[in-house]
Amino acid sequence: MYQQNKIGSTNKDWVIIGLYALIAMIGLICIFSVEYRSNDEVIKSILGFKKNYSKQFYYFLTCIVIATFILLTDSKFFTATPNLLYLIGILLMLATFVVGKTVNGSKSWIPLGFMNLQPVETCKIFASLALAKYLSQPDLDFSKTKSQLIASCICFFPVIFSLLQNETGLALVYFSLLLPMYREGFPAVYLIIGAFLGTLLVATLLLTSVQLIVSITLIAVFIIYFLNRKIKRNKKILFTIISVWIISLLFSVIAVPFIFKHVFQKYQADRIFSMVGRDNPYSNDNPATMNLDTPLKNHAKSDNENYNVKQSKIAIGSGGFFGKGFLKGTQTQGDFVPEQHTDFIFTSLAESFGFVGCIVLMGLYLGLLLRIVFIAERQRSTFSRVYAYSVAAIIFFHIAVNICMTIGLAPVIGITLPLMSYGGSSLLTFTVLIFILVRLDADRQMVLR
Amino acid sequence: MPVFNDSRKNVVKLIFISLFVIIVFRLFTLQVISSKYKILAEDQGTFRKVIYPDRGIIFDRKKNAILQNTSISDLMVTPNKLKGVDTALLCRILNIDTAQFRRKIVELIIKNGRSRPSVFEALLSDEKMALLSESLYKLAPAFYLQERSIRTYPYEAAANVLGYTAEVDTNFLKKHPGEGYVAGDYAGMTGLERSYEKILMGVRGIEYWKRDNKNRLTERLENGKYDTSAIAGQNLYSSIDIELQQLGEKLMKNKLGSIVAIDPKTGGILAMVSAPTYQPNYLTGSERRKHFSELFLNPALPLLNRTVSATYSPGSTFKTLQALIGLHEGVINTDTKFSCGGAFYGCGSGKPMKCLDLGTFDLRGAITVSDNTYFANVMQRVINNPKYPTVDSALSHWNQYMYSFGLGHKLGIDLPSEKTGNIPTPKYYNKVYGKGRWNYCTFRSVSIGQGEVDVTPIQVANEMAYIANKGWYVIPHVIDSIEGGDRYHLLDKYKKKIEPTDIPDTIFEAVHDGMEGVVDHGTGIGAKLKDIIICGKTGTVENYYKGIKQQNHSFFCGFAPRKNPKIAIMCVVENSGHFGGTYAAPIVGLMIEKYLNDTISKDRLAKLEQLSNLNLMPPRIKKEIKIQDSIRNSKNLSSLLAKGYIKSVKDTVGLDDDQPDKEEINIIRESSHKKEPSSKEMIIKDKAFIQNQKRSVKNKKQSKP
Repeated sequence: MYQQNKIGSTNKDWVIIGLYALIAMIGLICIFSVEYRSNDEVIKSILGFKKNYSKQFYYFLTCIVIATFILLTDSKFFTATPNLLYLIGILLMLATFVVGKTVNGSKSWIPLGFMNLQPVETCKIFASLALAKYLSQPDLDFSKTKSQLIASCICFFPVIFSLLQNETGLALVYFSLLLPMYREGFPAVYLIIGAFLGTLLVATLLLTSVQLIVSITLIAVFIIYFLNRKIKRNKKILFTIISVWIISLLFSVIAVPFIFKHVFQKYQADRIFSMVGRDNPYSNDNPATMNLDTPLKNHAKSDNENYNVKQSKIAIGSGGFFGKGFLKGTQTQGDFVPEQHTDFIFTSLAESFGFVGCIVLMGLYLGLLLRIVFIAERQRSTFSRVYAYSVAAIIFFHIAVNICMTIGLAPVIGITLPLMSYGGSSLLTFTVLIFILVRLDADRQMVLR
Repeated sequence: MPVFNDSRKNVVKLIFISLFVIIVFRLFTLQVISSKYKILAEDQGTFRKVIYPDRGIIFDRKKNAILQNTSISDLMVTPNKLKGVDTALLCRILNIDTAQFRRKIVELIIKNGRSRPSVFEALLSDEKMALLSESLYKLAPAFYLQERSIRTYPYEAAANVLGYTAEVDTNFLKKHPGEGYVAGDYAGMTGLERSYEKILMGVRGIEYWKRDNKNRLTERLENGKYDTSAIAGQNLYSSIDIELQQLGEKLMKNKLGSIVAIDPKTGGILAMVSAPTYQPNYLTGSERRKHFSELFLNPALPLLNRTVSATYSPGSTFKTLQALIGLHEGVINTDTKFSCGGAFYGCGSGKPMKCLDLGTFDLRGAITVSDNTYFANVMQRVINNPKYPTVDSALSHWNQYMYSFGLGHKLGIDLPSEKTGNIPTPKYYNKVYGKGRWNYCTFRSVSIGQGEVDVTPIQVANEMAYIANKGWYVIPHVIDSIEGGDRYHLLDKYKKKIEPTDIPDTIFEAVHDGMEGVVDHGTGIGAKLKDIIICGKTGTVENYYKGIKQQNHSFFCGFAPRKNPKIAIMCVVENSGHFGGTYAAPIVGLMIEKYLNDTISKDRLAKLEQLSNLNLMPPRIKKEIKIQDSIRNSKNLSSLLAKGYIKSVKDTVGLDDDQPDKEEINIIRESSHKKEPSSKEMIIKDKAFIQNQKRSVKNKKQSKP
């Protein structure tokens, strides 16, 4: 126990390591099932570095090596260098504008020979560390607006680069760092307002205005009914609820349509709607007066966007309760779901193993998240706690958005499923995120930061 | 460390859990509750490929295949491989222009997608096939040939018996729900192809394939776990003697009519000629559509199987049956004599029925010379028999006899569209003349097979088999056995003898005597053979078309040899003129010789050729064919005109040279004003023609009182 051999240290949280390995393995199997066709020579393909599953296999091996290095590194390294690392991250992002490689329409990749590195992706680690470092300053009073503003800046600075590189999805991930800030005392109001607006926006996109008015009103009525006693004591609450109700109605029924009709270009609006798999309801297209060329093109494009969500839903829905069995998914084998090995990897699992398989995976993810929260709360140092919450928040955001977009609850923005999706950059980022946490957690008894 | 924020960890946990619950709830509705996505997935992810088995083969009595399968190629195209292919070459071979080519490709892409092979041209003709296989390497891999199985008739005979297959239409699909047919399938439409469709088609196999996002079939679903394999159609063994059939078709060339030959012992049909017939191979393969419309519009109706679907008055051939009834009823005996003084005066002298051979005859003699008066008297005695209280009951009794001989109802032959024919009933006369307002003299022409009697050729042939067997017959049929067993019990009814009336052999012997006399020295001497005793009976049938008297039909029916009969046969030559003995008898003679001796003796070959070359097509049909040909020509010519070809010819040749052209064009202009008779009209016309006598007789009778 008191041996200084750090690798053999029993302090390491094997639950997290186990969950990590399990989910990564499931990911490998899913990527394999996406690509494998009968008559493929599996061994040859795995050794050949030709197929995605063989590449991912090697990425995984690389990640294990890197994870080992992280576990061998002194934990003081991570507490000492965040500012430097953050700076390097920013520089890497700037470098993409010079030496960047375009993959899937966004110039955000740096070619490293055997793999491509996406700085926006890896910068999540540095941002988390930097935030932890800033919040763990002994003399910091986080209730001050100034320090709140600085923390926000650390979190949201990389967003600018992400947006410039046309990676909207990854940019949104940085907003998940609001969660550790909330844990450290950031006023809940901002979080609630943000979540509220976000939900309302998505709901506006997903539902028709009649459905929306009815559901908002129903929610308001329910809240008034449940808070009946409090309202009797304090009339202000009723006033607040009613004003929020009115504002949301105005927002969704007047503001959103107004924005879609007059602020956005038609193609932009179409694109946003097609992300959730709907036709643009505010489109003024009258088939009789349509110009022959342009609408057709737009139409084809929006069809194309719809196609992803539709195919994804078909694949998931056709899995049924027990699934079709490993390598027996007709939708997977027929290449119906686009980008199935990356963003839509969940569909292959859902088709092959059905609702049961989904429940198991969701259970594993929830276990991982709750374990991280548990670890966070047992830390003596603010640095470790903030970092742990950052990791949990980032992973949670990825899981939630990715799965929601495959089942049509969120717009399709390119966000990977942690540890499952194909891609060295993504797997490496999550490996490093998790193993730094494991390393910090292993030393929780030794240093008080 | 801000301790006051400790409770916020629970808020975070709550956020995590609640979102996961929402996701799980959504997954539950998608995967477990909703079935929509499973159906969608099945639609796009799997493909039900129907495997068509080979249709069964039909053999003749000597085990020659008379209807079998051959393969023909479809030209297939995969549109996304078209880049760089020499389409001009292909267009030249297929004789289309590039615009047509492009339109076709676009159609196929809409139908099947870019990556999936589709049929570019189905059923290539031999000529195109030869050209294509030469230069196919230049068109690969976008184009390739795919074989498919079609029907072929190696002997090019028995078209109406064997029938043809055709693509099923919506009507067919409506009539046969749940039998696995889909649009585009082929099914038997006429003849044996139709009546044995269930057996010939075999059992279709189904292969389940996985399909990918480009609509390509990738691999079998679960290695063919759910597949069912195709089972080839069962082969049929028929009683047809294909050489006899070919001889019959040769003899009936350029004539309208039928020949039916039956093996009286088994009821198996040996030959079944419906003239004019057609080249059955015309209705398979690439030119099917064109040939079909030609045949369909032909006024001589080659697609009609006259042996079962045409009805005629039997004429004097009916007398054999009248003799049987007379003898069995005891109203005459073999020695009863009647004399012919020029006509039958049994009904007064109003409009006497003529007889040709003056003199006094006993039964044998009367059959031999076909004496009308004799049989008019016989039937008069049967109808006015004091045994029966009324004419009604006597006629019903007579009717029962005829019915038991196989007339007046469908025999149940294994070919479609069999007609019932007609044997007059008291009910019928009651309706036409009123109850009690008719007597024997009203329908006395029935006694010699004219008037309201209608029979089909197959019924006449069967009646001969009945007489040959001395009192029994087996329902005539073409198919004797089915390879691999008769699962649907289609042949059961052809295995039993039908012995309807108990008539003693002596009666039959008497009729046989008379019939032997017919061929030996009577009206049917044209059928006489050297060493085979044929029993026969001629018939010369008066008939009317649209109330106008036409040339007589020539009938002959009989069986041979007299002892131990092996063939019962009938022949009718429509509107041939002259007598039954003139054309039908020698045709039957040759048929019997061919069947019993297996060959035609050398000295009779000249006769065969002479009969075969006779053109007895009625002038009415000839005229109609001529009109139709000129209309068709005019169509061709006017299309040429429209294209400007004629003009360019004129420009180059000069006006003086195109005199004939000009005339033709004038004809065309006139005829194109006339409406082309539609096929429906034609059929209606022909029906009227076939059943003409009946109507005309009726008219006569109605105008009489």
